[in-house]
Amino acid sequence: MFYRENGQFKTTYKADQQAFVIPQDRWAIVALVAFAFLGVPLLVDEYMFRAILVPFLILSLAALGVNILVGYCGQITLGAGASMAVGAYAAYNFMIRVDGMPALAAILLGGLMAALAGIVFGAPSLRVRGLYLAVATLAAQFFWDWAFLRIKWFTNNSSSGSVSVADINLFGWTINSPTDKYLFCLGVLVAFSVMAKNLLRGNMGRQWMAIRDMDVAATVIGIRPMYAKLTAFAVSSFYLGVAGALWGFVNLGSWEPAAFSIDRSFQLLFMVIIGGLGAISGSFFGAAFIVILPIFLNQMLPLVGSLFGLEVSIALVSHVEIIIFGTLIVFFLIVEPHGIARLWATGREKLRLWPFPH
Amino acid sequence: MAFFLETLLGGLMSGMLYSLVALGFVLIFKASGVFNFAQGAMVLFAALAMARFSEWIPGWLGIESLFVANVLAFAVAVVIMFVVAWLIERLALRHLVNQEGATLLMATLGIAYVLDGIGQTIFGSAIYKIDVGMPKEPVMMLESVFEGGILINKEDFIAALIAALLVISLSIFFQKTATGRALRAVADDHQAAQSIGIPLDRIWVIVWCVAGITALVAGIIWGSKLGVQFSLSTIALRALPVVILGGLTSVPGAIIGGLIIGVGEKLSEVYLGPFVGGGIEIWFAYMLALVFLLFRPQGLFGEKIIDRV
Repeated sequence: MFYRENGQFKTTYKADQQAFVIPQDRWAIVALVAFAFLGVPLLVDEYMFRAILVPFLILSLAALGVNILVGYCGQITLGAGASMAVGAYAAYNFMIRVDGMPALAAILLGGLMAALAGIVFGAPSLRVRGLYLAVATLAAQFFWDWAFLRIKWFTNNSSSGSVSVADINLFGWTINSPTDKYLFCLGVLVAFSVMAKNLLRGNMGRQWMAIRDMDVAATVIGIRPMYAKLTAFAVSSFYLGVAGALWGFVNLGSWEPAAFSIDRSFQLLFMVIIGGLGAISGSFFGAAFIVILPIFLNQMLPLVGSLFGLEVSIALVSHVEIIIFGTLIVFFLIVEPHGIARLWATGREKLRLWPFPH
Repeated sequence: MAFFLETLLGGLMSGMLYSLVALGFVLIFKASGVFNFAQGAMVLFAALAMARFSEWIPGWLGIESLFVANVLAFAVAVVIMFVVAWLIERLALRHLVNQEGATLLMATLGIAYVLDGIGQTIFGSAIYKIDVGMPKEPVMMLESVFEGGILINKEDFIAALIAALLVISLSIFFQKTATGRALRAVADDHQAAQSIGIPLDRIWVIVWCVAGITALVAGIIWGSKLGVQFSLSTIALRALPVVILGGLTSVPGAIIGGLIIGVGEKLSEVYLGPFVGGGIEIWFAYMLALVFLLFRPQGLFGEKIIDRV
């Protein structure tokens, strides 16, 4: 009833090509962002910020990066964690080696370094495709894992590659309370999402999608595969690098290479596939699912166990947790292989007709 | 020279062990187009079953002989892997037919989590040993040719022999039996195979069973070398470069790829490692595979990729 576009006529090209064509969508997004900035800090307690919301925001940003590459350009990557690591460690190095480097600039420069590394390790995509490429990107993962453990220069000679940074200072605003961290990450995420939305509906995004749909056909109509694929790798790695720097600087404070291990890469790929390939909203849904599910299971299982009078050991909880996690993933893939974003789109189609079915 | 040969032989033998794991990948990919990330979890699961049953069975049945206990445990583990294969096909893969490669890959990752969890819940998560009576002591060879001879680990040698035997019997199974022919037909073209009456479901169960048995053999060999523990499931990651180097669809590719990766890893670690700080073998294997892929994107023996618009 409220969600219909009947009678909305566009009279200019500008109106027809804007990011959110339907006004209801536009206002819903604006309301959501406003609520996230103003409403959420009033409603939520500190634990929620620290354990759920900040990780959710940063991993959404990372998932967005993976989605650009996998969902929009069709290049499967298993080296996403490595890009995050490069971003985090590069930002750390800019922070400690350059005097008076502002934290935000260091984070963005970290993203740029990750983009450069992404271009280098994305170069095989020009020759190698599909699952072969997925395995080839693991080379980046293992190489950077090794580099940050063994090459002492990257980690300022700290043992086992663990480094730590002070609280971020942004134009006099010191980010140390959970609420500050939340607002800062939210700001970055909103800015990067707007950028992604615009990139994807522009020339570059269309080139990526053409390559994804069929790269030979795209080449025939004059799209340079090298340019398209490498820009996709660069942009995706930039997002991942910024997310990695945020993960290190804001969420963890001090970290070691294991924070960006291959499990992180798998986790990010899970997010975009469960959330929905080729949909920006899918990155958020997927990140929410993957962040919340383990916490939920962790809290629920001992409760369920005590309900039946069973004493559940910690080891058993962690085992049952991964069993349920794995089962749910398989279940989700079977029920909706196109991800939560597709469910959302179907729901919206239904809403358009509601309450009259025809 | 003797040292070089020793490293080379060590590499060849560890390469055979990689190809054992790689074989599991190739079998499943060939027959069903599923890139099975759960292979490592299957190796761990099978090894855990073997280790624990060979520990439990003497207590249950009052058998003294280690050999009988091992044979019984092996039989039980085979049955368990059959059940696992059947369940995977029945509960997960059957419903995912015709999905994209990435989705299937993620599904097998989910299966890997489930297998890891169940295996550790049932069999425990400590470090266990498998004792199948592999000789541990090294032997000297070619003493007449080189001064001091070459030191060879007997255990590795036997493991390589077992791997070779398994590969030969698998090739015979694929080439000579009716089931093997059906498997190859399915690998060639799903629809054509189905249209001449080959039941796809059953073929997939068989393939997963065979992959389960290779996982069991790999698990026993690796387990008796390193001990059965959680890190065993990460050897799948060590076997991945082997798979792409040899080609995803080629059984001989898995063997040759394994040998190349095994030798490359050992030589690089010995001759290159000291200059850059060591521990390079894991990413060096991937780089090596990548270099080969740049020249042959489908792997050494993979099917040629033909692009059509």
